[in-house]
Amino acid sequence: MKPALDWLDQRTGYKKLLHETLFENVPGGARWRYVWGSTLAFCFTIQVITGLALWLAYSPSSQTAWESVYFIQHEMWGGWFLRGLHHFTAQAMTVLLVIHLMQVVIDGAYKAPRELNFWSGIVLLLLTLGLSLTGYLLPWDQKGFWATKVATNIAAITPFIGPALQKVVVGGNDYGHHTLTRFFALHAGFIPGAIIAFIGVHIYLFRRHGITPKEPRRRPDAAFWPDQVLRDAVACLAVLLVVLFLIFRFHGAELGAPADPSEQFSAARPEWYFLFLFELLKYFPGGTEIWGAIVIPGVLMGILAAMPFVGNWKLGHRFNVTFLWAMLVGIGALTFLALKADRGNPDYHAAVLAAERDAHRAVLLAQSPEGIPPTGAVTLLRQDAFTQGPKLFAKNCASCHRYDGHDGVGGQPKDAPSAADLKGFASREWLTGLLDPEKITTPHYFGGSKLQGGKMAKFVKNDVVAFSAEAKTDLAKALTALSAEARLKTQHAADQRDASLIQSGTKALIGTTLGCMDCHKFHDSGEELGSAPDLTGYGSREWLIDFIHNPEHPRFYGSRNDRMPAFGEEKQLTTQEIGLITDWLRGEWYEPKKL
Amino acid sequence: MEPKPITSLPPDRRDFITKAAAIAIGGAIAVVPPLAGLAVFVDPLRRKSEAGSAVLVATLGAIPENGEPRKFPVLATKVDAWNRTPHVPVGAVYLQRLKDNHIRAFNVVCPHAGCFVDFRPTKGHYHCPCHDSSFSLDGQILDPKSPSPRGLDDLPVEIRQGSEVWVTFQNFRAGVHEKIPV
Repeated sequence: MKPALDWLDQRTGYKKLLHETLFENVPGGARWRYVWGSTLAFCFTIQVITGLALWLAYSPSSQTAWESVYFIQHEMWGGWFLRGLHHFTAQAMTVLLVIHLMQVVIDGAYKAPRELNFWSGIVLLLLTLGLSLTGYLLPWDQKGFWATKVATNIAAITPFIGPALQKVVVGGNDYGHHTLTRFFALHAGFIPGAIIAFIGVHIYLFRRHGITPKEPRRRPDAAFWPDQVLRDAVACLAVLLVVLFLIFRFHGAELGAPADPSEQFSAARPEWYFLFLFELLKYFPGGTEIWGAIVIPGVLMGILAAMPFVGNWKLGHRFNVTFLWAMLVGIGALTFLALKADRGNPDYHAAVLAAERDAHRAVLLAQSPEGIPPTGAVTLLRQDAFTQGPKLFAKNCASCHRYDGHDGVGGQPKDAPSAADLKGFASREWLTGLLDPEKITTPHYFGGSKLQGGKMAKFVKNDVVAFSAEAKTDLAKALTALSAEARLKTQHAADQRDASLIQSGTKALIGTTLGCMDCHKFHDSGEELGSAPDLTGYGSREWLIDFIHNPEHPRFYGSRNDRMPAFGEEKQLTTQEIGLITDWLRGEWYEPKKL
Repeated sequence: MEPKPITSLPPDRRDFITKAAAIAIGGAIAVVPPLAGLAVFVDPLRRKSEAGSAVLVATLGAIPENGEPRKFPVLATKVDAWNRTPHVPVGAVYLQRLKDNHIRAFNVVCPHAGCFVDFRPTKGHYHCPCHDSSFSLDGQILDPKSPSPRGLDDLPVEIRQGSEVWVTFQNFRAGVHEKIPV
């Protein structure tokens, strides 16, 4: 072995290099407070390795970024763990940077002749924050998209160069493919390249000037190897354990719903360590924002960078340490205020819940047999009845109707309900309630509309109430038959089971005892269209779509229609939107098969 | 085997041309690759903002009669670098019915930092969920502490064929007092 190593040493001089690396003098012996630089180098190494591995599967474009991250997270071997490691190590790195900075300032390691080393450290701090900012956008989920959009809009207020800077970073006037290609190039190329260069400078200068010993020295000087190396290794292990804990605790990094530039995202917040800047912006009224976004952070960074000079004064060091603590307390207080404001804000909670629901749904749809179309996952949510139905209902229907007592998305409209509650429309239960003399004129059914004075309401209140026991049984059967017309997914099993009941119910429905056919039409039986809604296919997808399209059609309410607009006829809703509302009301949306 | 020290000759005035040529050639070859990259880097600067064009956003019947604003998506052709996608949402507007069937349109984007504002029916004003700017129904800044530098951006509206609401859709630069199209 030895001859081979000697041969190598003669050609490379590695022994000298190794000796210099391992036997650097540590004045006063190894100490725990010197470990922070090493933990940062360790974290950066993790980021390079995990980042390269993620690169193997990531595709930066607005049609593939979320999709490829989804695939990493949910389909690839250990993808969730890899992403989690990258994500939480980034968080750890931010914390460690602050600790490292505190140790350097408190120990006075920024003073001459180490000014350049201190400044290179500040550059590294800013570059790492740059990595966080650029990395946040790359999954192209709602959260990253909107938070970064705010960040680049704020960058645009920089005097003189702002708008040009924004355009160059965003890759044009609006967010799109080139925003991702640029952010990815910054995140995986430019910034890491600069970091590697500055780490080189940082370590070279550190070795040149040596550790700044913490006085008093407890022990005699010692070599870096093995005592300090052991301490560094233990600290790195501790960091790794914390990161692993976080990965398993949260099952990897979060992935929100795919970015949709036209879809509101009210829960847009930056990463937690930028929350103080976010909060700061709330305190600067219109037009003075530049103070919060640029001037104040700039001045603070300026004072930080001036520490080596300030430190030369008599009380300079004390000032520097006090300043750093004050700055950290200020940042902490602003972060706390931001979190507190959100905690007490029901709108924010609702937005977070909606975002989580959309995120969960996007993954379910991506995993469905249809998978993600080439137009991207954003189309999945846009065409999903479960996602869009409630929103469309809230916007277009809830000013009169309700769904289970609310507006579809859980809110309460300003005006009281003035049309039927459509939860379970055309189901047996819903129809039974409609034909109940006690219920038909309540706001749940016809109570709020002019139908409460109509023929149907009179029939139920005057005739049904006087039905014989036999007629009441017939009515129940007839309603079962009518409900079967809707072919509701939720009643599929019951409809199949009750086939014979439905058959006799149909006879009752078209028979003379109940008198339904005196006004209504049902397949080949009953009145001509125009006197009451057609019961053929009542509540089915096709029936409901046609109804929403134009309730004034003779097949439905004709001229007796109350206030319901002809949503399709008057182009208030597109055919696709009517289909989404219909499918949602009927409970027809994709659900994964239960195993 | 230590490497041999390089013995260099003292500089000589006669070497001037050699040095000048080395610097010139070395400098020249070092300049080309970054310049090539720089051109692509600054290419977005020449992408001019597109003038807004009128888009059919809604019908009159879809806008509440009680004067409450309602949000509508703006469907148009989205240009994203090499992709042109027709009829997809490119933004959204709030439409509000005024007296005599006049329609007011606001871009939903908050002029502060680009979030979408919410209309709060219970309070009767617009509110931005990001930094708490608030705007009155006519788009003016409501709370003077709002970080937004200007009121909501109104957009020209035209009623065609009696009931079609056409809006000239446009986005504007965030964070400045003036309404500058982007």
